[in-house]
Amino acid sequence: MNEKLLYPLAEHHPERLRTPSGLGFEDLTVDALLEGRASMDDLRVSAEALCMQAEIARAAGRRQLAENLERAAELTRVPEDEILRIYDALRPGRSTRARLEELAAMLERRYQAFRTAALVREAADALPQTGGNGR
Amino acid sequence: MLSRRFQARRQRPIHQDTLTEPWPEAGLVLFNSPYDPPASLRIEGGRIVELDGRPEAEFDAIDRFIALHAIDCAVAPKAMAIEPRVLARMLVDINVPRSELVRLAGGLTPARLTQIAAELNVLEMMMALAKMRARRTPANQAHVTNRKEHPALLAADAAEAAERGFAELETTVGVTRYAPLNALAVLVGSQTGRGAALTQCAVEEALGLRLALLGLTTYAETLSVYGDERAFRDGDDTPWSKAFLASAYASRGIKVRFTSGSGSEALMGHAGGRSMIYLEARCLLVVKGAGSQGVQNGSISCIALPESLPGGVRAVLAENLLAAMLDLEVASGNDAMASHSEIRKTAKLMLQFLPGTDFIFSGYSVMPREDNLFGGGNFDGLDLDDYSVLQRDMLVDGGLRPVREERLLAVRRRAAQALQAVFEELGLPPIRDEEVEAAVYAHSSDDMPDRDQAADLAAAERFLRERRNAADVIRALARRGFRDIAEKILCVEKLRVSGDYLQTSAMLAPDMRVISAVNDPNDYGGPGTGYRMGEERLREVAALPWVRDPHRIGAPAPREPWLHPRGPARPRDDANEILIAVGPAFGSALDATLTGLPHRDVLSALASGIREAGLTPRVVKIYHTADLGSIGWAGSQLSGSGVAVGIQSKGTTVIHRRGLAPLDNLELFPQAPNLTLESYRAIGRQAALYARGEPVKPVPVVIDNMARLKYIVQTTILHRREIEQVDPDRLPEEMIWDE
Repeated sequence: MNEKLLYPLAEHHPERLRTPSGLGFEDLTVDALLEGRASMDDLRVSAEALCMQAEIARAAGRRQLAENLERAAELTRVPEDEILRIYDALRPGRSTRARLEELAAMLERRYQAFRTAALVREAADALPQTGGNGR
Repeated sequence: MLSRRFQARRQRPIHQDTLTEPWPEAGLVLFNSPYDPPASLRIEGGRIVELDGRPEAEFDAIDRFIALHAIDCAVAPKAMAIEPRVLARMLVDINVPRSELVRLAGGLTPARLTQIAAELNVLEMMMALAKMRARRTPANQAHVTNRKEHPALLAADAAEAAERGFAELETTVGVTRYAPLNALAVLVGSQTGRGAALTQCAVEEALGLRLALLGLTTYAETLSVYGDERAFRDGDDTPWSKAFLASAYASRGIKVRFTSGSGSEALMGHAGGRSMIYLEARCLLVVKGAGSQGVQNGSISCIALPESLPGGVRAVLAENLLAAMLDLEVASGNDAMASHSEIRKTAKLMLQFLPGTDFIFSGYSVMPREDNLFGGGNFDGLDLDDYSVLQRDMLVDGGLRPVREERLLAVRRRAAQALQAVFEELGLPPIRDEEVEAAVYAHSSDDMPDRDQAADLAAAERFLRERRNAADVIRALARRGFRDIAEKILCVEKLRVSGDYLQTSAMLAPDMRVISAVNDPNDYGGPGTGYRMGEERLREVAALPWVRDPHRIGAPAPREPWLHPRGPARPRDDANEILIAVGPAFGSALDATLTGLPHRDVLSALASGIREAGLTPRVVKIYHTADLGSIGWAGSQLSGSGVAVGIQSKGTTVIHRRGLAPLDNLELFPQAPNLTLESYRAIGRQAALYARGEPVKPVPVVIDNMARLKYIVQTTILHRREIEQVDPDRLPEEMIWDE
């Protein structure tokens, strides 16, 4: 991506917005929903759009927001149930260090979610401060 | 012996607010607790090894998270080297741009941020907030709930809130299992009529995420963080789980805002003696470090706790300012009852209302308070007209627009009907026609028919289990003739495809376009810069439905003339005569007094009072002046008894006697609003008693201190109409009237 992205993407780059099933932004219409050409699964952001938004955030000086959006781009590949499981594992007292390490490795291996995995590893490192093993 | 005045004051609502003194050990301290750490930062090899007096080995989870994510190590040495007072001055200096301050704030520690805020007084904080908020255009968020969790009422109230201009609507539940239906009702309502409002449902984190994934909510707000590790754990999260959750929402394209606020740690027993603002600064750095675009803060539900301390309202403003300095979107509280006192509530609001924030309220109760499941909202549905007047008075954009009743009723009906159709299409327990009608006109859920709650709850659980979602809702609406609402909901759901509203301070403009700190950045740099209401918006804010057309005030209804001129008035020497001298517009260009007493009735009342005392009234119209003293004086020159009653068309009256100076009088009745027909009769009688030389007591009149406030506009306009009738060359004329 070399040229500067214009924001909002929906107005300036609709042709670059695709739904996970490959529908174009302009193809997402009420009729498409009625005729079964689109579904709730299409009402989701793509990793590409999130990366573009991260780029816009970074250009506006918002590093942390950009990093969040980059983790989000990785998580587009992770199914909802898995996301809920990981979230639960990160909550206090739910997991051992080893369990979090496993999750991090799984995120890398299965979803190439390296940035998210790094966040999970940090949480593992912080465990002694966040409540220790299981409860 | 008790002072009656002290007793009366103690009955006032302000005395129900608890005030107390600082007690640092209990966390009852706003700034500068003896247990707050010193501000410090040490970086070695690009890594923070000491934060606010604590070496890395002693970091708690929050320190560690802040050190890893929140602080910009490149700018920190420079930023930390600036004296807090110097940075505080930069905040109020219009020549230092927001961008420079945001850059520097990115390198500050929690303790240093606290020190900087402590340098500012309220006025300076407001100046700084006007400059530092992220989005140029201010906006507002509504609460939409009701005690019965009645779906039709939720939809109608959501539609009303959006129509009134609220950019975000927050609902919640009394019974958790209602959540999907409440979210659904608010979603449908939010896009009826004006639309363009984003919606959320405040519930437990995991359920909140599920609702958002189903498209039943369009953003999430209640990701709570705390400035103390134990409080965080009691909230069942860690900074990392919260950061992960933020990314999880974003991965589905859903906007998120975190929540923090002073007093929460003290309330949970985990302040550890540290000051509320220091703990809040830690929260804000966790929020920033997690990559959230923004925060809801300003003590939120704990508001009465900081407010119990000296400087509490100021400290809450400091929270908002710190968040804005950190380049976070700020939904600035005002969402919980801040006082029993209306005066105190409003004064507190001004600190966010006047500078403007991204969302001035993070929950303005659009319904009456008793239906608010969040426990209130500093302002509620009954205060909407007051709030509109505040916007109009100060020409401040508080995010709301006045809407006429007919329009609101139409929008409410359509929202309730649309939800009725969706319920039917999706096999939810039916909403009957009488429920729709009740929702249109209801004051509160007391006016709503009861529903079969067991059936609703079972349906809600099934709805969630079957993963019914926004696409189902859109289809149902389109199939049932609510295509416009379907289109708008789709438009909102498509935000999650573009991700445009994931940027800082994003909201939807009325044309459904995203505006955020990226394409609408706050560029305040002093007078003539930053957000200013445009012509159209100024007109909208001014045009409240109950504003009166000044040209119509006092304009007489056409009627048969009843007061007839009968040639030039001459002096008479009939000692039994009381002269009634009326102003130039009396009974002609004007036909009634300020309070609407018909001139004819006033004249009859005066005449009958005079006759009661055995004297005779004579009526003369004065044309050369509209001044009451001069009217009375002119009358007295013509009066046989030498006594005259002078009356202006607006009803102000004087009793005059020949020989007194024009501005002197026997009795003056300067407040026409306090005069009734009975008063005029007494005045007539009094004038006659003066003429007969009898001893008199002054006519009793009511003192109403509100009269001037209430009638000054009418007074001005009626007097202007009287002056329009003045003809300096026209002599007084004899009048007869049809009694």
